[in-house]
Amino acid sequence: MSDKPLAAAIEGWHTMASKPHLIGSQCTHCGTYFFPSQAQYCRNPACDSTDFREVELSRTGHIWSYTNACYQPPAPFVAADPFEPYAIAAVQLEREEMVVLGQVVTGVGVEDLKVGMPVELVLEPLHETDDDIKVTWKWRPLPADATAQAGA
Amino acid sequence: MANDIAIIGAGMHPWGKWGHNFVQYGVAAAREALADAGIPWQDVRFVSGGATVRCGYPGYVAGATFAQALGWQGAEVNTSYAACASGSQALAAARNKILAGECEVALVIGADTTPKGFLAPAGGYRPEDPDWVRFYLGITNPTYFALYARRRMDLYGDTLADFAAVKVKNSRVGAMNPRARYRKCFTAEDVAASAMVADPLRLMDICATSDGGAALIVSSLEYARRIGKGDAPRVAAISTVTPTFASGVVEMPDIATDSAAAAGVEAHAYRASIPVKAYEEAGIGPEDVSLAEVYDLSTALELDWIEDLGLAPRGGAAALLRQGDTALGGRIPVNVSGGLACFGEAVPAQAIAQVCELTWQLRGEAGDRQVKDAKVGITANQGLFGHGSSVIVKK
Ligand SMILES: [Zn+2]
Repeated sequence: MSDKPLAAAIEGWHTMASKPHLIGSQCTHCGTYFFPSQAQYCRNPACDSTDFREVELSRTGHIWSYTNACYQPPAPFVAADPFEPYAIAAVQLEREEMVVLGQVVTGVGVEDLKVGMPVELVLEPLHETDDDIKVTWKWRPLPADATAQAGA
Repeated sequence: MANDIAIIGAGMHPWGKWGHNFVQYGVAAAREALADAGIPWQDVRFVSGGATVRCGYPGYVAGATFAQALGWQGAEVNTSYAACASGSQALAAARNKILAGECEVALVIGADTTPKGFLAPAGGYRPEDPDWVRFYLGITNPTYFALYARRRMDLYGDTLADFAAVKVKNSRVGAMNPRARYRKCFTAEDVAASAMVADPLRLMDICATSDGGAALIVSSLEYARRIGKGDAPRVAAISTVTPTFASGVVEMPDIATDSAAAAGVEAHAYRASIPVKAYEEAGIGPEDVSLAEVYDLSTALELDWIEDLGLAPRGGAAALLRQGDTALGGRIPVNVSGGLACFGEAVPAQAIAQVCELTWQLRGEAGDRQVKDAKVGITANQGLFGHGSSVIVKK
């Protein structure tokens, strides 16, 4: 990669800190979380609130399941040339009681993963444009006992 | 039962990649169903079509399109769009019309023609569209099926050999089905030699898309008796329930599930909730089922459905498969049509095609694929955006 500036591939969906968080929303009335962020209506059938706060979601969780992409996806995916397969994980966030999808960091394959494995959120390049390097969230495996220290 | 309707005719245009207009497939299926019922087209007073979103305006108004193609005769029309459950929703509309006493005979019909390759989302920068987001991040349709499959492996000990065995089983019956697109018996070696798409699923674990058309003629029990078909198979239940918040399984095309963090909210598994209403409505349980047609978008998904239908305890479907219970001749045959593995998905026709197969099976007219003493059949499918269905047909 070049020394171009880093920019979020999808603006406003995560912080750009060294320990990044996904940015979601939470219903101030019933406490339901939303990712992507939702601030118009609450989808909990027992709640008709229209009041939401922006929240940083837990940056650690446990793998709900995982797979990989052996073939190049169609546009708008921007593939490296040649295409490099990557792993994908669905991660259960404990506090939010929700599952969030994302790629797994470069260099980690399905053979390195297991349902229940602790992971943390990091930023990695997704693709490069003329002006910048587009980064997005990816999941990185943690040592088995690391989630307690890493906290939410 | 007071809410039963009769299936007096069934018809299909063979699945394939024929390259014709979808209307042609629907008309062929309808004519076969009418001939099967032995009634004139003019007797049909309600045409209930499953919409296709791939064929322009005629597809959005499929009910009217088929009615016009078969020759306007004044029947009322309806068009249902419910993704993979479109056919079941069209059947439910026909049942309502009949049970309300507004018509005696209805045509339920769906047909589709599918383009080659991926249907990529529209371009630009559109983060408000979940379909755009997931493709941009590199998450395709097989990703979701593979996540479910891998979870089976890690939680229940399912193996690649189990998934391949589903393909082998279904290809064996599909080879005997003249309406199926793929009519070749595959071996476990064939599956293992096919390319890995989304680990653990290989190319031959994942279903294709096809052209096809299916139709049913349904009527009041009174009409069926009048034309000498009082013993025709009956639709005993139709479930088209939506999910219950919070949906805890990540579903295409979403990037995340609902959150179950609010007080009083639990995570629910949508797929397993679909047949519950069908069983309740029919007043029967899984132990009464003779055979099932389930939506095997992937080989592993057939195993999920077997558990969702209550035919095996959670995690127990692979054991059933290994014992041969779900094969033709087994205790509870699943997908004796050959399933999506042999047909390929033709969205608005597929749920109707599942009911066609049950109809022929319950009449004892399925030939080499006949399930002995078939008395009760159940279908199950799930599509995008909270659509899914389960239909129970009984003798
Ligand atoms: Zn709320």
